[in-house]
Amino acid sequence: MKLLRNLLKSPMFVIGATIFFGTMLFALVAPWFYTVNLATDHARYAPPGEGLLLGADNLGRDYISLLIKGLRSSLYVGFLAGTIATTVGTLIGIYGGFKGGLVDDILNMLTNLFIVIPSIIVLILISATFPEGRSLTLIGLIIGCTTWTWSARAVRAQAASLKSRDHIALARINGDGTLAIIMKHILPYLLSYVFMVFILQIASGILSESAISMIGLGPADTQSLGVILNDAKANGALNGGYWFAFFPSTILITLIVFALYLINTSMEGVFNPRLRK
Amino acid sequence: MLKQYPTARFILQRGGWYFITFLVAVTINFFLPRMGTSDPVEIIMGQSAGGLSEEAAHAKKNALLKDFGMAKVDDQGNVIEQKVKSQRKVWDTVTKSDIMVDVYTSEAVRTSSLEQFGAYVKRCLQGDLGTSYIKNKKVSELILDAIPWTLALQLPTIVFGWIVGNLLGALAAYRRGNFDRIFFPVALFVSAVPFFVFGMLLVYVFAIQFPIFPPTGGFDPGMVREFTFEFFASAAYYYVLPFFSIFLILAGGQAIGMRSMGIYELGTDYIKYAKWLGLKEGRVLMYLFRNAMLPQLTGLALSLGTMIGGALITEMIFSYPGLGLAILTAIQNNDYPLIQGCTLLVTVCVLVANFTVDILIGFLDPRVKAGLQMGGN
Repeated sequence: MKLLRNLLKSPMFVIGATIFFGTMLFALVAPWFYTVNLATDHARYAPPGEGLLLGADNLGRDYISLLIKGLRSSLYVGFLAGTIATTVGTLIGIYGGFKGGLVDDILNMLTNLFIVIPSIIVLILISATFPEGRSLTLIGLIIGCTTWTWSARAVRAQAASLKSRDHIALARINGDGTLAIIMKHILPYLLSYVFMVFILQIASGILSESAISMIGLGPADTQSLGVILNDAKANGALNGGYWFAFFPSTILITLIVFALYLINTSMEGVFNPRLRK
Repeated sequence: MLKQYPTARFILQRGGWYFITFLVAVTINFFLPRMGTSDPVEIIMGQSAGGLSEEAAHAKKNALLKDFGMAKVDDQGNVIEQKVKSQRKVWDTVTKSDIMVDVYTSEAVRTSSLEQFGAYVKRCLQGDLGTSYIKNKKVSELILDAIPWTLALQLPTIVFGWIVGNLLGALAAYRRGNFDRIFFPVALFVSAVPFFVFGMLLVYVFAIQFPIFPPTGGFDPGMVREFTFEFFASAAYYYVLPFFSIFLILAGGQAIGMRSMGIYELGTDYIKYAKWLGLKEGRVLMYLFRNAMLPQLTGLALSLGTMIGGALITEMIFSYPGLGLAILTAIQNNDYPLIQGCTLLVTVCVLVANFTVDILIGFLDPRVKAGLQMGGN
């Protein structure tokens, strides 16, 4: 609670959280007030105005509806990928950092291995492997499974620094096993840190999905902000000057990521007093 | 062993880990593209075997399989064929007697992917990356064609972005106040813009709305690649938008990292001590910079290592003739040798960058050095 009060004092946190929950709200609540309709019943690239707030795409679909759907998909992928990456990364990082020795070396090598093979290439390769049935969930899973590495690395460093604290040694003398020590004495200390990692992983999940969708390897079954951008680019929206075809999704992606960065940075400031004024 | 030479032991140990990582990475590079169900031979046959007679198609398929190292060959290098029993049921052959000849077909005996892997490793060790399935050119040649573009695009952007970002970040950390209050959110926002999206916006504004720069490509389409002033001038002109699409965002990200490192270091005892000693401001700033620099250096080496993968999407947006575009077309065509060649190169770059950083940090960072001598790592 005290933490939240401190966070609310930070204008950066307030702005970031407002933007982020605003977009979430837009994605979740807007369909109640706005009829999401993806029928192709407008003119090709119909400009904004008269019933169409943001115009229509090359197939004549209403852009607001596309954006709502796309935003939902992007947030879904971000949360799915972020949850997987954070969970896997945290477990591996804590265990390796705490255990040390050979286990740590092996886990560290596994982490390095996945870091050196650029995840975007793995992502493209796997995406290209599933030409059909490339669902949003599959893409989220793949992103999560290829980007857990840097949360593992970050958490490992933190866990290793906690290892030599007195209360850990005390717990050990008490006869607590590794798992118990990790759960009772290390994880609680790292929780705020893990949460910050989670926030960055959500952002990177959203970015990865839009990158992969941008080059035409995105979900085949639904819209996402990246798919909208790809459609716009592939169908001459740039040359035709149809700014409304790509500008709003550009702004949305940037805003979400910006908001998550703001939240992350403000939390850093609260947890690390040195960063405060 | 080597107990009395901690430095040599450290380097050997690290080197050993990196070598194992390299082996596993090569294996993944080989098998990942093959996980898919699509067969490159079938893709090429589907594209080009349209008008061929059954016999010619058969010969072509065998030739392709042989070229790709996917068919078993005898001592003379001829494709071994075996009679394959048709899956057709008896009533099928009875009712359609005219295709009786088709009951037994000759098919090339395929090598297993493990055998292919062995051959691949052997060829790699001899310095041969194979021949592209699609472009009928040596993979090494294709890579050499693409690499100058990628390097020319990525190296200066990363280095300049890093320098500018770090200087601004250090300044913001040191000065704080109003400069920081405006600078920091702007830098944060800039770093949140995805490269590819920003590239698209740049194209829209500076190539289409205000046609100042060319929208896509690496040089004027009417030109040939040659060492003339005109060609370089054209390449430089096409270079501006891709450069800025990466540079600005990179500088923003670096500035944020440097700023928080700088603020962190400002609060440490040695800075307080240095100030208390009455050292000149420039000198304190230098100490600060040097210590805050280490993690930033790591970041620089890592981004240099990953630059080829990072350029992929940017090169796509701008149709820039670099490695990113090569990887993408290779993946779209199931061009295994080209995919492997590119990913191998990317992997080696990243590994070398990481290894160098590891060793350098070991020498530069007194904390790591101290830990080393106490026997930990």
